Formats: sequence, structure tokens, C-alpha cells
Amino acid sequence: MELLRYILRRTFLSAFVLVGVTFLVFVVAQVVPSDPAALYAGPRPTAEQIEKARQELNLDAPLPARFATFAGAMASADFGISYKSRRLIAEDLRAYLPATLELAIFSTGLALLIGIPLGVIAAARQGGWADRFCSFGSIAAVAMPTFFLAMILQLIFAQWLGILPLSGRLSREIAISAPLPMVTGFNLIDALIAGRFDAFGDALTHLILPALTLASYPAGVAMRLTRSAMIEILERRHIVAARALGLSEPRILFGHALPNAMGPALTVIGLSFAYALTGAVLVEIIFAWPGLGRYVSEAILAKDFPVIAAVTMVVTICYVVMNLLIDITQALVDPRVALS
Amino acid sequence: MKKLLQRLGWPGTVALAIVLLFVLVALFAPWIAPYPLQGAGGPNVVAKLSPPSADYWLGTDHLGRDILSRIAYGTRVSLTNGILIVAFSLLIGLPIGLAAGYFGGWVDEALMRGTDVFLAFPALLLAVLMAAALGPGFLNSVIAVAVTWWPWYARLARAEVLVLRGQPYVEAAQLSGVSHWRIILRHILPATGRPLTVQAALDVGPALLTAAALSFLGLGVLPPTADWGQMVDAGRKFFPARWWYSAMPGLTIFAIALAFSVLGDALRDRKGGTARASA
Repeated sequence: MELLRYILRRTFLSAFVLVGVTFLVFVVAQVVPSDPAALYAGPRPTAEQIEKARQELNLDAPLPARFATFAGAMASADFGISYKSRRLIAEDLRAYLPATLELAIFSTGLALLIGIPLGVIAAARQGGWADRFCSFGSIAAVAMPTFFLAMILQLIFAQWLGILPLSGRLSREIAISAPLPMVTGFNLIDALIAGRFDAFGDALTHLILPALTLASYPAGVAMRLTRSAMIEILERRHIVAARALGLSEPRILFGHALPNAMGPALTVIGLSFAYALTGAVLVEIIFAWPGLGRYVSEAILAKDFPVIAAVTMVVTICYVVMNLLIDITQALVDPRVALS
Repeated sequence: MKKLLQRLGWPGTVALAIVLLFVLVALFAPWIAPYPLQGAGGPNVVAKLSPPSADYWLGTDHLGRDILSRIAYGTRVSLTNGILIVAFSLLIGLPIGLAAGYFGGWVDEALMRGTDVFLAFPALLLAVLMAAALGPGFLNSVIAVAVTWWPWYARLARAEVLVLRGQPYVEAAQLSGVSHWRIILRHILPATGRPLTVQAALDVGPALLTAAALSFLGLGVLPPTADWGQMVDAGRKFFPARWWYSAMPGLTIFAIALAFSVLGDALRDRKGGTARASA
């Protein structure tokens, strides 16, 4: 009962937050910019064109009415047309959103895959060099500017070693001569559906560098959280018993201690996903990744506000929904969360 | 002073020294920079894109300007950027958090749900939206980041007040008829001020990191003013052949952010080891 009430309350609050988010995006994208009509009318508009644009955009209507129109449009996923390309934004999003989500999900997985084992090792060898290296690494990961890390990884793995592609989402040979049929928009999944293992490998190698860039910070957090959870658990009795039974160290660490230390993993998933969505703006430009981040950064240069607003809305919705799911999962796993 | 250094340990002390060094560079940039004119933006095309050498320690950019001098001048922008972001955020977040925590009830509910809306955004994206709407420029980028930053201080201040509100001395003040505002200003603010100031000082690092990201996206100060994020972006066209153009300012951002991060870690460690994930 408590649990149900908690879930309902969290869901209601998330819905409320989304209304607030819509309002804020409306204010920033439609009220703050000095003259949307002039931007809409195209380069060097005449006074008449601006006037026409004002009417088309309904800019003379009172603010509450304009907000109602805006919110209605957002709710029905009608994001309007781009000032610059005159294309339907919803269509663009359909192409770009999966690319960003694929990157975000992959980097989240990578963060857990790197951070959790490192955390286990650091806890097992507390105070040793591995522990020190890991804790410095996690501090450094926070301080590293995302865009700079991206460039360094490109330099090392693409330029010097030449083992990973510099940028893009697929090689030209595959993207142009033998394109993948778009089913889900996730290249890895589409390649598997089509049974194209060459394309799968190609998509995977293209994912690694941008995903690694985005995974560095959350991997550091995952490492820290796992480490402190493990240190606490390693002192418990069942671990002492396992030691007394003469079980091997890896088996104790990964088989008996780690499952009890997985609580933080959920937190890291949420944090990492959020970080990937935010960092996408920076990383996608550098890796020429055709996702929302690059889309929005081009829109910034063109002052294409409908596009900026649409991307902000879509990404924020992903973010809010993700957080809601994590909170609910956490409450289901550990009902104490709902009570506090 | 000795006590502080003891508390920081050697990594924290080194970090503090680095932060202070940057402050000095910012204050005395025109005297420290080898080529102050170029630092301030004057071109020097005869030496464009020269690699690091005895004349130009860190090389030169596409207009031949000494990168070391540009970085020194950029320190002013970055540090003031970080400090102003934190200051603006405190200015908004502190009163909201104090009011929410002190009055409780519907005031609390209304203020904190409003705060939640700002926290619902991925921070950089909201800052980008704000900065795009306001247009590029120093003050605009400060405002854009502060808009995403203040909710943390509101939450922090509220949490502090909730603890203090039940303290006997606050209750005594209330019973003796001291006005709410006087209690908040004279009895609660001084006690919340300290932990918040420490947090705010440490946040200058992450704040300037975010500001650097904005200026990397072309939403920061306008050229010819030197700015680290913008330099990394400008150098991207010549990367990796002329690696120093991007690498030097990039490493500088990393160095100062790392110093703040280590400093924060040292302070947290001594305070009882509750390593908080700084998001």
C-alpha cells in the first residue's frame, strides 16, 4: 500500500514537472529571443515578410493562449518546422533520437562494465596501488572536460594507433553502398535483424570512442560507489564464513560480496544515462555522430529555436521518465526507499 | 593556516596552491603574460601556428598569438565566470532554500516543486537553450549556467535550515517574538552560511568547466577576448597536426578543474568520509 502510494506520488510529481518543463522551454524559446518572426522569415526579410511570419507564428496572441498552443503541440509531438531547413522537426527527430539513445545506452553499459570491476578490485586491495590509481582516476574523470577527452581519444586510437574510426556512425562503404534497412534506428539491432555482421562490427567500432568519452565520468562514480559498498560488505559474517570455508578470492568477491553491493548500480545507471544525454551535445559534434546533440548544436548556430526547443523537450522527457523508472525500481527492490 | 594544511593533506595542499596560482595569474595577467598585447587579442600573423619554442613556450594560434599569453588572459574570463556563476546561483538559491526550509508547509511545497522543474533538465541542455536565447556573451553565459545551478543551493540551504529550525535557540527567538525575517537573517543565515560557502567555493571548478563547455559551443565570450573553451574549439580545425593549439588550453581547463576536484575530495575526506557523488 505504501509502495503503491509512493509510486503514484512519484508519477504524479513527474507529470507535474513535465508541465513545468514545457512552460520553461516555452518562455525561453519563444518569449526571451528578441524577434522570432525575423528569424522565421529567413535571411534579410522585408517588413512585410516579418509581418506575415508574425501572423503565421501567432505571435500577436496573448501569452497564455500562445502557451496553450505550444503545450498542445508538444503533447501531440508536433514540433513544427525548422526555421532553417523548413523540414518537419518530428521527422528529423525520428532519425536522430535513436542514434543518441544508442550512444547513451551503450555508454551506460560501458560505464558499469568498467566501473564495477574496478570498484571491486579497489575494495579488495584497499590502500594498494590499484585502489589509489582508481580513486585518482575517478577524481580526474570529473575534472576532464568532455570535449577535450574526446579529442585525446581520437588522437590516440584513431590517429596514432589507427585501430578505431575517427568519427561517424558507420563507414562510408556501408552507409552508402550497402545501407542498413532502418527498423529500430539502433544500428546494432538493425544490423542483427538484417543478419549483417559486417555492419554490426562496423557500428560497434564506431560506437566505442564516443561511448568511452561519455562513460569516463559515470565509470568513476560507479567505481567509487561499488568500492565503498564492497568495503562494508566484506566485513560481514557470510564473507568471513566463505573465507573460513576456503573459497577462492574471486569467488568470494564476485560470487558472494558483489551481488550484495549492487544497490548503487541503479543510481549509476540513472546518472550515466543523464550524463550521456547532456554530454551528447559536445561529443556528437566532435565525433560527427548524427544524433540530437549535433542536431541541436547546428540549430544553435542558426538560432533555430523550434529545433532547440524540440530537442530540449524530447531529451528532458527521456530524462524525467528514466529517473521515474529508476526511482520505482529502487522502491520495488528496496521498499525502505518508499517509506523514507 | 597550519591547521588547514594539515586538514588538507599533501594532495589537497598542492591543489590549493594550484588554485591560488591561477588566481594570481588572473590578477596579474598583463604582467605575467610574455606577450600582453597578443594575450589581449592583438594579431601577430608572422608567427602563425608555430610549435612550442623558446620564443613561444606553448606555441601560437592561427593568428600567431602566443598561446601562453592567451591562456593567462583566459584565466581572467574563466575564473570570473566560475565565481559569478556560483555567486548568482547563491543569490537565487539561498533565499529560496531559506524560505522553503523555514516556513515549511505550502511555501516549502511550492518553492521546492518549482525547483524540481529546473532540476528535471539535463543541466547543460538547459544552459545551452538559455544561452542560445540570450545570445552569446560573457554575462549571458554566466546567467545561462546559473539558471541550472541555483536549485542545488536551494536544496542545500533548505536541508540546513530544517536542522536548525528545531534548535532551542531558534525556538527561543520565535517565542520571544522576534520577527521571522530577523530570525532568518540573524540566527539562521550565519549558521547555514559556512557549509554553503565551502560548497560554493569548491563549485567554482565545476562551474567554470560548464562555462568552458558553453564557450566551446560558441556561446561564451566573443573574440578577440581569450577564452579556454573557445580556444580548444578554434584549435580543432588544426588538430592533431597543430595539436598545441587545442591541447594547451584543454590541459589548462583540466588542471584547474582537477585542482578544485582534489581540494573538494580532501575536505570531504576529513569531514567524515561521506563521499557524495557530485553530479
